[in-house]
Amino acid sequence: MLGRTLSLLFDREIGMSELEHSGYKGIALRLLQAAGCQVGDIIRVISKDRIYEGILIPRAELCDAASIIVKMKSGYNVGVTAFEGVVVEKIGVGVKPMFTSPLLPKQNSVLPRVVIMSTGGTIVSRVDYRTSAVRSVMSANDLYSVVPELSEIARVDTEMVFSMYSENIAPKNWTELACKVAECIKQGVDGVVVAHGTDTMGYTSAALSFALQNLPVPVIFVGAQRSSDRPSSDAAINLIGAVKVAGEAPFAEVGLAMHETVSDSVIVVHRGVKVRKCHTSRRDTFKSVNGFPIAKVLDQKVIMESGDYQRRDASKQLVLKADFCEKVALVKFYPGMDPAVIDFYVNQGFKGILLEGSGLGHVSSVCFDAIRNATAKGVVVALASQCIWGRVNMNIYDTGRDLLSLGVVALDDMFPETGLVKLMWVLGQTGDPEEVKQLLKSNIAGEFMLCTFPQEKIVYEGM
Amino acid sequence: MSTVDYGKIGLKIGLEIHQQLNVGSKLFCSCPPELVKDEVPEMTFLRRLRPTQSELGKVDPSVFFESQKGVKILYEAHRKCACLVDMDEEPPHSLNREALKVVLTAAFMMNMQPVDEVHVMRKTIIDGSSTTGFQRTSIIALGGWIKVGEKVISMQAVTLEEDAARKIGVEGDGKIVRYRVDRLGIPLIEVATAPVMYSPLEAQHVALAIGKILRDTGKVMRGLGVIRQDLNVSITKGTLVEIKGVQELELISTVIEYEVQRQLGLLKVKDELGSRGITREVLKPVFVDVTDIFRESKAKVIRKAVDKNQKVLAVKLVGFAGFLGRELMPNFRVGSEFSDRAKFWGRVGGIFHTDEMPNYGITAEEVAAVCKAVGASIEDGVVFVADTAENTFDALKAVVDRAQEIFDGVPAETRTAKEDGTTRYMRPRPGASRMYPETDIPAQAITEELLQEVLANMPEPAEKKLARIMEQYLLNEKLAKQILDSEWVKMFEEIVKETGVAASTVAAFLTETIKALKRDGIAVENVNENQVKALFATIGSGALAKEALAVVFSWLAKNEDKTVQDAIEALGLKMFTEADVELIIDHVIAANKPAIEKNGKGALGMLMGLVMKEVRGKANPELVNRILKQKI
Repeated sequence: MLGRTLSLLFDREIGMSELEHSGYKGIALRLLQAAGCQVGDIIRVISKDRIYEGILIPRAELCDAASIIVKMKSGYNVGVTAFEGVVVEKIGVGVKPMFTSPLLPKQNSVLPRVVIMSTGGTIVSRVDYRTSAVRSVMSANDLYSVVPELSEIARVDTEMVFSMYSENIAPKNWTELACKVAECIKQGVDGVVVAHGTDTMGYTSAALSFALQNLPVPVIFVGAQRSSDRPSSDAAINLIGAVKVAGEAPFAEVGLAMHETVSDSVIVVHRGVKVRKCHTSRRDTFKSVNGFPIAKVLDQKVIMESGDYQRRDASKQLVLKADFCEKVALVKFYPGMDPAVIDFYVNQGFKGILLEGSGLGHVSSVCFDAIRNATAKGVVVALASQCIWGRVNMNIYDTGRDLLSLGVVALDDMFPETGLVKLMWVLGQTGDPEEVKQLLKSNIAGEFMLCTFPQEKIVYEGM
Repeated sequence: MSTVDYGKIGLKIGLEIHQQLNVGSKLFCSCPPELVKDEVPEMTFLRRLRPTQSELGKVDPSVFFESQKGVKILYEAHRKCACLVDMDEEPPHSLNREALKVVLTAAFMMNMQPVDEVHVMRKTIIDGSSTTGFQRTSIIALGGWIKVGEKVISMQAVTLEEDAARKIGVEGDGKIVRYRVDRLGIPLIEVATAPVMYSPLEAQHVALAIGKILRDTGKVMRGLGVIRQDLNVSITKGTLVEIKGVQELELISTVIEYEVQRQLGLLKVKDELGSRGITREVLKPVFVDVTDIFRESKAKVIRKAVDKNQKVLAVKLVGFAGFLGRELMPNFRVGSEFSDRAKFWGRVGGIFHTDEMPNYGITAEEVAAVCKAVGASIEDGVVFVADTAENTFDALKAVVDRAQEIFDGVPAETRTAKEDGTTRYMRPRPGASRMYPETDIPAQAITEELLQEVLANMPEPAEKKLARIMEQYLLNEKLAKQILDSEWVKMFEEIVKETGVAASTVAAFLTETIKALKRDGIAVENVNENQVKALFATIGSGALAKEALAVVFSWLAKNEDKTVQDAIEALGLKMFTEADVELIIDHVIAANKPAIEKNGKGALGMLMGLVMKEVRGKANPELVNRILKQKI
């Protein structure tokens, strides 16, 4: 279906899609076929003595009502219910709805070379006539062409790796993406930008942080919370910021660039393993958790936020370790949780379980037997806190100590999502239980901070 | 002016009446539809809007236009009436069903036919008035007619849409525009007529009739700024011009008269220039830097710019001498037409042109020097402007573009109405290609159940209501009609019911008195409905004399955010208590002992007069009468 949508919108050589792919069904489809109408034609619909004239617009398949959508001269769409007795006439051939890219701007040879890789998501999305909802269909190339400012920042190449909603992206896609990025970097680009849906962008940025080691140049993830087909989209500003950072920032790590606040002013770059989506819809949804941003972009300038980063150095040799184990589960503890949940994963042959414990790192003692059984069978059980903010410390209460004695690995200040990705990555690297534990505890990509600092401004408020 | 034969010139007018709906919450979220008066905003955020291609793959000219200005928008928001939806930080919630019902009600009152399915559209407007860069709007019903006098007026459509943010101001050399988002999202009904009105006055009558229908739904907002009339005006040889934001009904005919004048004037200028052999091609965008001429100038505006290291740029308009100063509307010349464009495109404060020179402290010598610099002869006009290099260039380019458009006649554009009835350039006329489907809201069927629900709750028909009001409140026909025609009829019934104040008192105040106060320049719209209710409640309770209505109301209009109690205290209108009145009466009786002994009950009238004089309106006459009777 997505393929259909793509050709409908992008294949400029192919004519209008046939009616049966336009979403019309049943009586509406029959009436339109009988009148010889195609989407984009100018039609007249006469129903209950009312006359509607305008362009035939594709129908959202997901709607039940059998109605014909007409875009009237005023630009408004209206739906006309189709039933026997409704008259449909084709009165002209109209403009077919499609998106035309402006010409690509010229490239300046002194500017850094940046590759924008597209994986899908809001940042590369437009209206889908099939569902009338927003869909990821724009290629990175289209995106570049509608953000001409990029031509003043970098020489941009674009590559479409895949076009997926981010919730459909799986560890095997991380592997594919990591390999593509590595290929680009080996060809000597000055930076890579990955356009990604925001829902799971934090997972992917963590995954690539582990998979791409000893980076010579930055790899910057970027997304948008408002689709790029609306004037208020954050896509252009985020993208401009990301390309700027990828092209010229002094660091060489995996970062994630998005709005710092609800204003279109500062773009902030978070460390790939320390960033989490924290709001369903706001532009500043991504926050550094138990860590601080690496850099900011303000007024077209990259400003480093600390001196603690891996330096950009074109002579560095990239190490690619792109294997992930998919047999890893994220299990969130909750009051009354049945330990059978843990048994299930063990019986299914899972290699690792990331427990999302409460508070400083606890789960009910009711689960102890199941956990003991898991570790005895060689399943790696690691624990991060569902509090999101703060550090796990399993030495404070009996429960924590008991869990440690059962072989649970405490993931300190890693929040659960990064913990999960790391467990997948570690198990993709080695099967040896001791090596796994040792790797889990080593700081690979800045996922551990030795101390946790307050992230908000703390103000002394008087007596 | 009065001699214009509107039939002969082919005047056609269509109306678009917008009115805010009072349904308790905004159109796509549950925030209350309130405006915030506080100077200091609770939150601010900065945004930029970019043009996008619409569904049909075209960039709309008016959208492109706004984007050319490169402005940033600073929004002001307050939590009590704006949430993440209004900030464009959260997708819209579903369409306010109450608002939909009100629009359907109005549609039925105008004999319109509801559509089967509502599709919310995005009307792209990137001037910043919407945080999204578009206004959400949807057609609810089509066709229909109303009767105005003897004439049947065809209707085109009724739409339900969201109101825009309020513009607060412009700063940073015109690069930052401030908007307040409180008004954004308030539901608006828009009623569009067919272009079937043929005289200015007729248009005004139809607007009045539609306004009344909307009020009869009982669900529209009251007060200043809640109703806005847009006019589509064309004459045969001219162009369709859209005039936005006429707030006063009484102004409609004047606005149309002026617009006709403007269009006729422009056509005349075109003909005269043509007969002088002037063509579009001779007008060239050749700009000359004349800054040096003004280094020591006495003209304040220009010197200010020059001293700031800005520029003075000039352009010659071949053959335009005498035309720049030609009046098109009162205080609005061809030069003003050019100036509007320069202000908009070039972000400048205004332009200077030779037809108004010497003036503003600019000397004849300076003018001569400018003319010489651009090579202008006595028959040419010269326009010059002082500002930054970028702004002066954009401004003069806009001036030349507009001058060239003279040869097309009347440009198709959107204009905005001023308080005096004249209009100003706003932007090019938008096309259909700025309409884009709102993908965040699924299409919504208008079901038979919904229609039946609306039909079962239609407001009382006008004639029936008149008869009922006359009978129920014992009002004469004139007063009953007046209250029905006013925007207060719902309030009137509520006040009478809740306060027990005589219906005739309430009706007379809400119609005649308020109208008179408004005429005297009192800002009556500053007094809100709750204050009016509280005012009558105070009178109903006997704590205030009804004679004090107007003075308290006026005080409230001048002292915003104060209560009726504050007004009474400030004005010294506190009523005497019964004990106070008794004391006064005892005093009066004691002082008039001989007369009372002589006349007995016959002294009542005289005593009454004396007591009332003493209490100066601060006691209820009935109360005084009762106590007096007891005492003598």
